[in-house]
Amino acid sequence: MDSFLAFTVFGLVSGAAYAIAASGLVLTYTTTRVFNIGHGALGMVLSFVFWDFSQRQGMPTPLALALTLLVVAPGIGWFLQRFVARNLGDAPVSVSLVVTVAILVMSLGIAQQVWPPEARNVPPFFAGTSQEVSGFIVTGQQMVTIFMSILVALGLYLLLNRTRIGTAMRASVDNPELLKLFGGKPDRVAALSWAIGTSLAGLAGVLLVSTTGLDYYALILLVINAFAAAMLGRLKSLPMTFVGAMALGLVENYALGYLPTTGFLNDVRTVVPALFLFVVIVTMPQATLRIGQVKGIVSAPLPSAPKALAWSGGVLLFVMLLVSGMSEANLLLVGTAAAYGIVMLSLVLLTGYGGNVSLAQLTFAGVGALAYVKIDQPNIAGLLLSGLVAAGVGALVALPVIRLTGLYLALSTLAFGVIMDKLVFAAEFAFGSSGSLIAQRMSFLGIQIESTRSYVVVMTGVFLLMGLALLVLRRGTLGRMLIALRDSPAACGTLGLDARWFRVGLFGLSAGMAGIGGALFAGLRGTIGASEFGFFNSLPLLLLAVVFGVTSVTGAALGGVGLMLLPVLQANYPNVGGLFFIVIAVGAILLARNPNGLAVYLFGLGRVFEGRFGDRLRERIPILPLPGGSVAGMREIAKSEHEANEGAEASLDAVGLTGDDSPAEGGDSRKETADV
Amino acid sequence: MSESTPGPMSGHLGEPLLEVEHVVMQFGGVTAVNDANFTVHPGTVTGLIGPNGAGKTTCFNIISGLQRPTKGTVRFRGRTVTSTPVHRRSKRGMGRTFQRLEAFGSLTVRENVMVARDLHRGVLGSLRPMRGGRAQVDALLERVGIASHADERADSIPTGAARLLELARCLAGDPKLLLLDEPSSGLDETETDDFGDLLRELASEGRSILMVEHDMDLVMGVCDTIHVLDFGSIIASGDPAMIRNDPRVQQAYLGYSDESAESAESAESAAAEADVEQTRTDLAPVGAPVGAHDQTMTIPAVGTEEQR
Repeated sequence: MDSFLAFTVFGLVSGAAYAIAASGLVLTYTTTRVFNIGHGALGMVLSFVFWDFSQRQGMPTPLALALTLLVVAPGIGWFLQRFVARNLGDAPVSVSLVVTVAILVMSLGIAQQVWPPEARNVPPFFAGTSQEVSGFIVTGQQMVTIFMSILVALGLYLLLNRTRIGTAMRASVDNPELLKLFGGKPDRVAALSWAIGTSLAGLAGVLLVSTTGLDYYALILLVINAFAAAMLGRLKSLPMTFVGAMALGLVENYALGYLPTTGFLNDVRTVVPALFLFVVIVTMPQATLRIGQVKGIVSAPLPSAPKALAWSGGVLLFVMLLVSGMSEANLLLVGTAAAYGIVMLSLVLLTGYGGNVSLAQLTFAGVGALAYVKIDQPNIAGLLLSGLVAAGVGALVALPVIRLTGLYLALSTLAFGVIMDKLVFAAEFAFGSSGSLIAQRMSFLGIQIESTRSYVVVMTGVFLLMGLALLVLRRGTLGRMLIALRDSPAACGTLGLDARWFRVGLFGLSAGMAGIGGALFAGLRGTIGASEFGFFNSLPLLLLAVVFGVTSVTGAALGGVGLMLLPVLQANYPNVGGLFFIVIAVGAILLARNPNGLAVYLFGLGRVFEGRFGDRLRERIPILPLPGGSVAGMREIAKSEHEANEGAEASLDAVGLTGDDSPAEGGDSRKETADV
Repeated sequence: MSESTPGPMSGHLGEPLLEVEHVVMQFGGVTAVNDANFTVHPGTVTGLIGPNGAGKTTCFNIISGLQRPTKGTVRFRGRTVTSTPVHRRSKRGMGRTFQRLEAFGSLTVRENVMVARDLHRGVLGSLRPMRGGRAQVDALLERVGIASHADERADSIPTGAARLLELARCLAGDPKLLLLDEPSSGLDETETDDFGDLLRELASEGRSILMVEHDMDLVMGVCDTIHVLDFGSIIASGDPAMIRNDPRVQQAYLGYSDESAESAESAESAAAEADVEQTRTDLAPVGAPVGAHDQTMTIPAVGTEEQR
């Protein structure tokens, strides 16, 4: 009984901290329509700031706290709203997600850069004091936490209901345009809510840090706790958010107290917030289709078929030349780039074409790798099978979120990544806690590919084939539907598309592609462990995909190389390791609104080159004596044939021979043939 | 069908295609639709008119399935569809266009219609190759009069053309009932005339059209039946002549009732006023937040309606 009481108190205390974090998240989301994935990361940075003030510089605790939460945090919040998140609420969800992921990665980079790893300690508040409540000791820190959450609840209530700017904040939830017309200043409201939201993230971080310790990653995951709590209030209601936070705190601490400390269930304790989140999501009501076009969508560049083929051939030749004299270590790097490139291709499909975001794409690659090892069929069939397993897992992840919007899908992938990381990949039946598994290189059409060199070439080939397949898909019926669904889900619904299952299928397909990338990667490395697929690595992957261009195959290739280089650079320049994250994050923030990325500038260069030297080059290349003349000639013939056909059909229409001049009849006859 | 098509009250048209019965829609404290009752009969053009904020678009959202009513029933082709998902209603033969354009902006005009055709064949069915598919799509574009825009991106064409594109896209699904939300805004006078002819033609093929429209000349010219919505309730139903002379309609539109001999004239000026609103709508730059102009010219209730 005593222990039950203890866990209840612990639960309420962590619940109080989660409630503070969650109310900050809800505040920024409702007033600016931007869900800040970096919320927990900001709390992490601010707790480092607090450590710096109070421990390193030796300021008195109240002063350090006031400086952190009332000066630094609002400043960061204001800066982010002003220069990073402005007008993001109107942008497609994929853009705002990418930008806030960039905030997360940037926070991490800054923290690692400014406060390099070393042992740090933040003592609890009122360390000496404690109070006995009905036979149980409550520490000063715990009382402060509870007290602060009550203060935050009261403060937010007064702000929103009793002040002018609070009323404006509530108004901007409903309609920022209208607020502007009535003389309100949505920008000021947004800046204020980001300032307060960041302060609350900082407060939660500072309150939690004496238990979690000053760790880069532990507090980043606070966003999942906050999100899970906020979901209970449907990201709108603050009172329900507090209820959710308390419930989460209690469940987490009861799990801590009563689950067995060995085996699988022991690991479950670490992922309680993520599991809690999934449970809440499943009980959410159906979201309505969004009416109103999404603004600011750019279309992906689409190369012509001959051009794509020529480039693929060129890249394959280039890689063959490149690897011909390469050391084993460098070969592994090229192969890694190809594997990452394949995973990035899966993002081209999901994000670039489909407008959905996954924050755990490397986790799906890990599922593919694991399946490849476990299936133990090192050949094409085994490879495809591992892709299929990853696809199934991807569809399973998308399934609970089937009734909700893209934002929830992305956030549930984050929770999924954490669950896989801590619960599954590390388990004995998977990669195992200590170690790594042995993966065979696959045979190709009966030929065993032993040398790394030829394996890398095969991987490049798979990348190119998948890229070409993606282009074919984009040109065809499914590609058009993907784009249509991204541009206007409401219109797709009224035209008869069940967007929910379509999205599950899309998500599965994309996860399957990532899984094949992971399986190839396993074969390349030979030994493979859970650390290769850590959930956090999926975030730089997403950002790099956006920086280099998440809408094109070229972007995926460049992004793969970039992601491969990241750890190499960080290992070579350990002093500025965090800086690389900052560079990537800034790049993603700058380029998020144009997800064609750097690749599009490359295409631009190509056109400039073509304009300058194209004619001169063509003069020098003799026209090959193809049957039917040159390629251009063949195209000309095909075109004129096509036109003749169309002309004939049109004239048939004109004399009414086809009976097709009313689409009603045309449609019916079509249906009949389809039925037959 | 003769010129004097009877109103929905007279039953000799047979089964109605669409029946809206006692539909109520409340958003928090605001009642956008309040016990609306009306029907649409096969092969007719039906107008749904009323001042801004009367609940027309909400009605459309309820009929097409984008919103579920607080109370009431929607019946389509004899079956209750009140809680049927959007895409299933579409499969049963319901198509709609949007007041705030919902064209697939980053696809070309032709691709927009191709998507609609493919979805009509079903996601899996559309994977089989189809002969003459492109010609059919082009014929549709020709029919609504936007063939010249076929290869342009849908977000780069004028508003009027984009509305016609939505109509073409809708027709590619071969619907029995077309719900058109302000289809003529953005069209000039000749284009509107052609559009009116097209609507009559579609009706003569056996399709039914329910249309929200502010251009009174068009509504009076092509509709068999008109329902007038005000503050969420149907205040009048009947053929154009009846509606033109209905004092309640004039009251709703002009804020006063003129029952003298000049009633026809005041209906004219109602039309004229509607035209003024139309022009203001058109003046709003394309791509500007559409919410903005709504608020400038209407009571705030519209704002809430648009937002939800």
